[in-house]
Amino acid sequence: MSASAKPIANTRSATGIPTARLITWWVIASEIVIFGGLLASYIMHRVGHPEWADAASHTNTWAGAFNTFVLLTSSLCAVLAHKAADGHDGPKAAKLLRLTSLGGLIFLTVKGFEWTKDIHEGFVLSSGGFWSFYYTLAGLHGLHVLAGMIIMLIVAADAAKNQELQRVECIGLYWHFVDIVWIFLFPLLYIAR
Amino acid sequence: MTTEAHVHHPNYVKVWAILVVLLLVSVVGSMSHVRAVLLIAAFGVAVVKAYLVAKNFMHITVEKRWVPYLLVMCLLFIAILFAGVAPDVMKHSGLNWNKNPASQSVQSGASAAPKNE
Amino acid sequence: MSTQVVHAEPGILKKYFFSTDHKIIAMQYLFTGMAMALIGGFFAYVFRMQLGFPNQHVPGYGIVTPGKYNALVTMHGSIMIFWVAMPVLIAAFGNFLIPLMIGCDDMAFPRINRLSYQIFLLSALVLLSSFLVKGGPFGGAWTAYPPLSAVGAYNLTPIGATLWLIAVALEFVAFLLGGINFTVTTMNSRAPGMKMYDIPLVVWMIVLASVIFMASVGPLVAGAIMLLFDQTMSTGFFDPTRGGDPLLWQHLFWFFGHPEVYVVLLPALGIVAEVVAVFARKKIFGYKTVLYTTWAVGFLSFVVWAHHQFVAGIDPRMANIFSVTTLLISVPITEMVFLYIATLYGGSIHLDTPMLWALAFIGEFMIGGVTGIFLGSSGTDIYLHDTYFIIAHFHYTFVPIAIIAVYAGLTFWYPKMFGRMLNETLGKIHFWGTVIPFNVIFIPLFITGTAGDQRRVYSYAQFAEQSRPALQHLRTTSTIALLVMLSFQLVFLFNFFWSLRNGKSAGANPWRSATLEWTVPSPPPHGNFAELPTVYRGPYEYGLPGRADDFLPQNVPE
Repeated sequence: MSASAKPIANTRSATGIPTARLITWWVIASEIVIFGGLLASYIMHRVGHPEWADAASHTNTWAGAFNTFVLLTSSLCAVLAHKAADGHDGPKAAKLLRLTSLGGLIFLTVKGFEWTKDIHEGFVLSSGGFWSFYYTLAGLHGLHVLAGMIIMLIVAADAAKNQELQRVECIGLYWHFVDIVWIFLFPLLYIAR
Repeated sequence: MTTEAHVHHPNYVKVWAILVVLLLVSVVGSMSHVRAVLLIAAFGVAVVKAYLVAKNFMHITVEKRWVPYLLVMCLLFIAILFAGVAPDVMKHSGLNWNKNPASQSVQSGASAAPKNE
Repeated sequence: MSTQVVHAEPGILKKYFFSTDHKIIAMQYLFTGMAMALIGGFFAYVFRMQLGFPNQHVPGYGIVTPGKYNALVTMHGSIMIFWVAMPVLIAAFGNFLIPLMIGCDDMAFPRINRLSYQIFLLSALVLLSSFLVKGGPFGGAWTAYPPLSAVGAYNLTPIGATLWLIAVALEFVAFLLGGINFTVTTMNSRAPGMKMYDIPLVVWMIVLASVIFMASVGPLVAGAIMLLFDQTMSTGFFDPTRGGDPLLWQHLFWFFGHPEVYVVLLPALGIVAEVVAVFARKKIFGYKTVLYTTWAVGFLSFVVWAHHQFVAGIDPRMANIFSVTTLLISVPITEMVFLYIATLYGGSIHLDTPMLWALAFIGEFMIGGVTGIFLGSSGTDIYLHDTYFIIAHFHYTFVPIAIIAVYAGLTFWYPKMFGRMLNETLGKIHFWGTVIPFNVIFIPLFITGTAGDQRRVYSYAQFAEQSRPALQHLRTTSTIALLVMLSFQLVFLFNFFWSLRNGKSAGANPWRSATLEWTVPSPPPHGNFAELPTVYRGPYEYGLPGRADDFLPQNVPE
């Protein structure tokens, strides 16, 4: 069997959910507990340390809000790509997916400027509890954004040729999940005082 | 293999517009100095936003029932983790132990640790 | 007749090292696990020699210094759990059995499956590489409690500690990929007609174990990142001198660590269920009840973790709650054991080697379970904590799981894996030569532990309050029994490799078993089934009266 030929196992669907989407849900479930564990650790520390609010006030709410806006918009592109794929319009889906990854790139660029400013002001990973969690949480999330962008570009390359269109929805699901994580990170890291 | 449309596609741009309005609400609310307003603007709105994304973008409400149950189950486990761990970690002293640096940092109101120890 | 694509035989490298075939990947996991078991067993030999015959030259190793002793026990624990029990019980049996038993040609995602093994192999290599670095391998116990594990100045193995952490994290990623693949394959790729309650129990158990693993490991993945930053980037997540909280790591670790016990226990219970049904020629008593109790165990396993921390200074009110939940979880486990015994009752029992192992599992695991009651109750635990009692207890659970049940599975499925039978006489010699010394190793340790012997002490003679010379003969007995048990494993290794060429030819179904994997030739060809099967009934139709054969395979229409 050549590497590209799919086993029959991959094409069956005893649950009624296509295999690709099923594995995406399980991946998301496993990501929920990874982010959940880290967020729970942060929240219980934060509640015990009211003074972390001082550190939190150094973060730039406007940059965080702009990034939330960027991710929400990229999520819109991702779901429109899913709609295009449902209509068997691969090239349009590919275009929208590339737009979505562009959103990811803007997000990471803004993040880069923010972190540069933070580091210049002397706030690094080891500058105390809040900053350790700030960089770890946002860094883990940023890695997920980066991974999503790369996978999305690969999926888009296939979709442009009208191949593997079922993957468009799956990478979209993942992207929305990453978006939801940020929806909670934004108030936790930028707003709460 | 082609994708069969399993969902009705709602007006996504409208959903996105609602999400952006909610974002503005939370930013404006964050300038409030009333703690209750601040917390609702921050976390109440976040929950609503997350629900809107999950419902309209991820179509979780039209997926097989056990999928949302699975995801909620994972959240429940995290809640259990939090409930079991928070009584120890939130406090700075307990049965035969004190976290002196942590409690000092709370009292002084300064950032937790001296840099480059 | 074949619907499978027949290709020219691929090269050795492609066939055995970069294959996406689930059976080859199962063998990769099996042999890697067996190799790691040899390493882990060797370490047990070295530190048991040190405890039985203190401060003498250990043949094949040398003098055991305190630092080396710490590294040996740490590596023994880590290797046996993460690089032996997990890959063999879940990955090897899961990979081999799931597609065959549910009647499809491969895993749903064969390339993710291959990636899972490759990451696992990398994790094993990273762990082994820590033996070569300055300071040697990590010596802060397999639980890696900070600040000992976080600060190089405390553990004296700064590089080894980081490599250990990276290896464990990679191993988690490998099993997340593998486990999600197992789950999706079983949910979606079953043969037509195979309903939820027609799935063989071992497949159910491996999948549920994968789900429990997936749901419990997340917080520890987060914790591993935090500990890695503590080690290398001077953060203070777990360092109390910098405002961190060492208890948090313990919670994150055991929130995974306790479900992990059930992650390895469930596949073992599944293997034993298959073997018991076949060799008692009886339907599993209460198939659905077994499943319901398994779900109960799975859920309860998430709410018991802090019983590992009764002496760590956790909130005493929480200790009460966790005592109750811990005692509660013994109810479904006991129920399951009763169901297995009920399956035996009135059966036509054949005492072939796999059945001996399965029966030994039930008996020995009960000792492990019953002694756990003392440790789950916070009152008695405070006395017994960190003594050899706890060592004996968890070896009475883990040895039945990772050794006895694995041998049950290996001797049972060996004919299917390699097409030949193992030698029965050698198998029985190996069985008695393993089970009897196993008890002689650990029963004395219950006694020394109750008498107060602390674990993780490299030489009792060096500590006046720990010395208790009257107990030395028990420690020595345990060591000698270990030597006997280890030497009998050579019988198995000989039997295993000798039978590959010289065993009796097995045929498709030597045990007259009803599940789907026995309907294909041994070993199964690439693609498994010449014609993909349809399923008509549950997996345990044995002992049927009025039939030429006393069983009915799942794929035969009535």
